[in-house]
Order: sequence, then C-alpha cells, then structure tokens
Amino acid sequence: MKYRSVFDIIGPVMIGPSSSHTAGAARIGRVARSLFGREPKWAAISFYGSFAKTYRGHGTDIAIVGGIMDFDTFDERIKTSLSIAKEKGMKISFVEEDAVTDHPNTARVIIGDDQGQLELVGISIGGGKIEITELNGFELKLSGNHPAILVVHNDRFGAIAAVANVLAKYAINIGHMEVARKEKGKLALMTIEVDQNIGTNILDELKTLPNILQVTKIAD
Amino acid sequence: MFRNVAELVDLAESRGIKIAQVMLEQEAEVTGRTKEEIFAQMDKNLRVMEDAVEKGLAGVKSHSGLTGGDAVLLQTYIQKGNFLSGKPILDAVSKAVATNEVNAAMGTICATPTAGSAGVVPGTLFAVRDTLNPSREEMVEFLFTSGAFGFVVANNASISGAAGGCQAEVGSASGMAAAAIVELAGGTPSQAAEAMAITLKNMLGLVCDPVAGLVEVPCVKRNAMGAANAMVAADMALAGVTSRIPCDEVIDAMFRIGQSMPTALKETAQGGLAATPTGRELEAKIFGISLSKGEQ
Repeated sequence: MKYRSVFDIIGPVMIGPSSSHTAGAARIGRVARSLFGREPKWAAISFYGSFAKTYRGHGTDIAIVGGIMDFDTFDERIKTSLSIAKEKGMKISFVEEDAVTDHPNTARVIIGDDQGQLELVGISIGGGKIEITELNGFELKLSGNHPAILVVHNDRFGAIAAVANVLAKYAINIGHMEVARKEKGKLALMTIEVDQNIGTNILDELKTLPNILQVTKIAD
Repeated sequence: MFRNVAELVDLAESRGIKIAQVMLEQEAEVTGRTKEEIFAQMDKNLRVMEDAVEKGLAGVKSHSGLTGGDAVLLQTYIQKGNFLSGKPILDAVSKAVATNEVNAAMGTICATPTAGSAGVVPGTLFAVRDTLNPSREEMVEFLFTSGAFGFVVANNASISGAAGGCQAEVGSASGMAAAAIVELAGGTPSQAAEAMAITLKNMLGLVCDPVAGLVEVPCVKRNAMGAANAMVAADMALAGVTSRIPCDEVIDAMFRIGQSMPTALKETAQGGLAATPTGRELEAKIFGISLSKGEQ
C-alpha cells in the first residue's frame, strides 16, 4: 500500500496550486537538502513528463527550490524562493527533458558546493506524496513514510551484518531494507527504513565500521 | 487494515461504528500516535479549510488573472434568493470555488485529496453545516470519513491527474465528499459507499487538461460541479438508490480508464481544453511565448 496515513489524503497543508507539482516538488527538494546536510551553492534541476510540460504553471520550479532551502510545503517563503535563492547567491538551472520516464512526475536534482555534490531522482505520485527512486546513481525506493538511514559502503561481505548488529544493539527495528550496487565489488548503498528516529551517536558508530563510507539519515 | 470499500463498510457495520471511527483507529494503529493527537491534527486541517473558504469568499485573484472572484459572484447571487437549483447546492459550489480560487492564487489550502481538487470536500461540508448543524467533532469526523474513501482510491487506483486524469482528482474528491455527507446526515456505511459509487460513475473518463498547465481553467469550475455532483449523489443514496456496480468495481474501472487515457489528456497541457485556440492564446499571453510553441 503506497498510502498509509489519512493525512496523505486529507493533507498536506500547503501553498497552492498543485499537491503533486508544488507540494510534492517541495518535498523532493527538501529530501535532497536533508541528505546533502547543508545549504548547497548551486542546483541543477531536470524535469520530465508532466513536470517538464507544466512546471511553470504549477510553480514546480519555485517549490523545488524552496524545498532545497529547507522550506516545508506550507512555508509562505516558497512563493518567493527564486529571489531568496538569488539573494543567497545560489546558482540555479532548470532543464526540460524529453525522455520518457516510468512516472510522469519525475525530477532529477543535482545540488552541490565546493565540498561535494548529491544527485537524486524523485517522483511525485499524487496528493503531495513522493518517492525517491535514485540516489547518486544507485536505484532505490524510499517512500518517506518512515525515518531512514542511508549507508554508502564497499560491496564486501559482512558490511550489512555489521550495520544490522549495531542497530540490534540499540534495539532499532528495521521495517524495510534494500541494497543496491552499481558494480560487483565496488560501491553499494543500503537503504534502511526503521521504526524510530536515530540518534547521531548511532550514526557515528555506524561510520566507524569497516567498509562503511558514508552514513546519512532522513527523519520521518 | 482495510484494503477496499467492502472491507471498510464491513468493519464499520459489523461493529456498529462510523466509518470515521474505523479510519481514526487505523491511523492510531499504523502511526502509533494517540487518537487525541490525530484528531487534533485533523482539527487543524479543518481550520485551514475554514480560513481558505473565508479568504475566497472575500475575493481573490490569481497571478495569471484567469481565475478569482466567482465565489463572490455566486454568494451575491444566492443572497438575491431567486436561484433555480437550490441553496445548499449553490452554497457548496461557491465554497468549493472559493477554496480553489485561493489555491490558484498560491494561498494556503489543505489538499483533499489533492490541491487541484481541494474545494469539493470543504465546500460541501461548510454548505451542509447550515442544514445538519453538526458539532465541531462531527465536522472533523467528516474529514476522516472522506479520508477513508480517498485512502481506498489512492491505494487501488490513483489520486493523481498526471497518472489518472481529473477523474482521479475531482472524481475522487467528489466521491469522498458524497460518502462523508451521507454519514454526517445519519446514513449507513453502506449508503455512504453507494453515494461514492454513484458520484464516481458520473466522473469516469474526465480528463486533466489544464490551460497553460495552471491549476485554474477548468479546475476551479470542475470543483464546483464536483461539489454539486456530491450533494446530489448523497441525496440519491439517502433516498435508498443503490449503484448496480459495486463501489470497488467503479474504483477499479476508474483506474483502468486512467491507464488507457492518452498522455495528452493527463496533466500535460497538450490536449483537451488546453489545446483549444483560446486555451493556446491564454497560454501564450501568460508566459509571453509564441503560439507555435504550444502546438508541437
């Protein structure tokens, strides 16, 4: 079941005009921001399908930039996000893609600064609900229904067990988990949806494990 | 957890409780939050809806200038008293329009189930308030009831115009509203499901063809008719009229119709009203682009 809460249906409270093209876009931008962990200096955003055809009319562009600046769906600042970004000196570009994607409301967001960059693909499935389908080249399926931990690791035996052991030690229950890799023996990504929010001490402990390269979390 | 309307109705009728109660209990179970917290959040959403209607009835205008002010015209017309269709229906229509005019003007609304279809549920609720005199608690329950039906549609079909056309948005909203009106008026859960089925059957095939890609034309007026549709279907169900096709099968039909609908008619502004000469002219004017761009 894609929709789990009554507030997916009666909600979100949001700035108009479109739940999928405005609120959903803001949420995709906000997940990118949350995973990047800081305000980026630049953002390159590509729109596909219905997003590409109608983004100006729906304010998809201003909403996604608002999300990248950590604005929630009901934040009035969304309306002026492009000028706020400009004042901050954030460089933003939009591309309308012709490629056909699995879902009509698809956006690719690349954000970055001098220290690094992050690339993700999000889809807006209706009523403001979104899913993240790709992160830094890894395919994944992140619903945003639960807090999640994302772990980039070397594709070696024992890496998954070590992470699971730490979570078990802190009595964290895993609701959904998947592993993706680009190539055998190279980089891999663990996506772990859990039942409660994770403290930074647990994230720090995960980072000390062998073969673990990067650990980030998404709060509920 | 209920997966379809039949299970939802059965859960309510076997225990002699309202559909709103089934939804509230499921939400508490799934999220681990208390019923009080959940109820309070829904009450907040109700307040957002009240504020939006109030703002719309005072008169708003969208940035493009395509929509705004119709809610005021309708209220003025109702005050004159010589209307033809009936006061509750026109009141629902004007309040649905008010909400969507605020949405189009980038005001704050509560999506029900989407922003483009946000007018129908609050529009009908605030219109039947005068006839049914519900308590605040019953008004919040109205939202849980409509949410329960929307939940089934979202999980078994779609509530996205880009995926399923306007039938998935205003169609779903109208069905949700019709079912909730029936429950608020004292109808049974079965009658609520019949109202949902009757409403949705009359929304099947409705395409999503927004002029210039804006959630304005025809979205605002589709909310108006969605509200009228919900009111009439609720009356039909309360009169004892039933749908020959069960509600779950109507929802399934809606899903399949959405899948076979061409992309040009699913929120791409490439077909239908968006592709009419006037639709194209408005698009060109709003975005300051040449007419040929839209005709690819």
